[in-house]
Amino acid sequence: MQRLDLFILIILVLAALWTAMSRGLIRSAIGLALTSAILTIIMFRLNSPLAAVFELSVCSGLISVLFVSTISLTQPLTKEEARQHMWARLSRFWYLPIILVGVGIFLSLFKLRQDLSMPVLQAQKDVRVLLWGTRQMDLLGQLLILLAGVFAVIILFKEKKNNE
Amino acid sequence: MSREVLNLLWMFGIFASLLFIIGIYCILATYNLIRALIGIEIMIKAVTLLLIVAGYVTGRTALIQALVITTIVIEAVLVAVTAGVILGIHRHTGSLDTRKMRDE
Repeated sequence: MQRLDLFILIILVLAALWTAMSRGLIRSAIGLALTSAILTIIMFRLNSPLAAVFELSVCSGLISVLFVSTISLTQPLTKEEARQHMWARLSRFWYLPIILVGVGIFLSLFKLRQDLSMPVLQAQKDVRVLLWGTRQMDLLGQLLILLAGVFAVIILFKEKKNNE
Repeated sequence: MSREVLNLLWMFGIFASLLFIIGIYCILATYNLIRALIGIEIMIKAVTLLLIVAGYVTGRTALIQALVITTIVIEAVLVAVTAGVILGIHRHTGSLDTRKMRDE
């Protein structure tokens, strides 16, 4: 099991690296969707199917659509400009990947001593009961946040109308 | 906590840290607003991964799934609101470059 998990995690980090390093914004958006899809597989493997479905539909689907809409509504750089920017960025921040690897090795040297067990709140319940029954304040907050999201999407398409 | 579970936690913890660092790199190495938002998204993915593995290790997957669903909703709204703000900036400055936002 652990070998397969390790393989999926490596693919996840490679997808995230491709997202961060790729030249075009569209490619980055696709890479982010791919990262979400791989994270979904990990969620399924770690006994969290409901969260996995949410991750796949919202993060891989909705958020990618939002990104592609935003990119298409703005005017991205031409290919030549994008290439020049990429080389300038790589030459300016060449040391950051080395720091990244260094921090990774540094973290692996630490011994984990904290006890990560959660305080006992109540008996283990079904996720639906927990979400709808015991976390009503969260749901209220979520509703308000969703309202903010709706207004944001209205602004998004209002801008498009103005541009046309 | 058994040795196998601890190893699993370690493995996921290291990869989540790497993912978080990639997100920070994505924000630091660019002047493009959309790419910075993508960096924030990668960082949120790292947090989600850690939450999921914590739920698996402690055996409280139901509680963690409720938390992760909340995180995903916040993530989606964050992207929608920030995309609106980015479009507003693009309309005013004609660019997505953060350097052109200075002294405007």
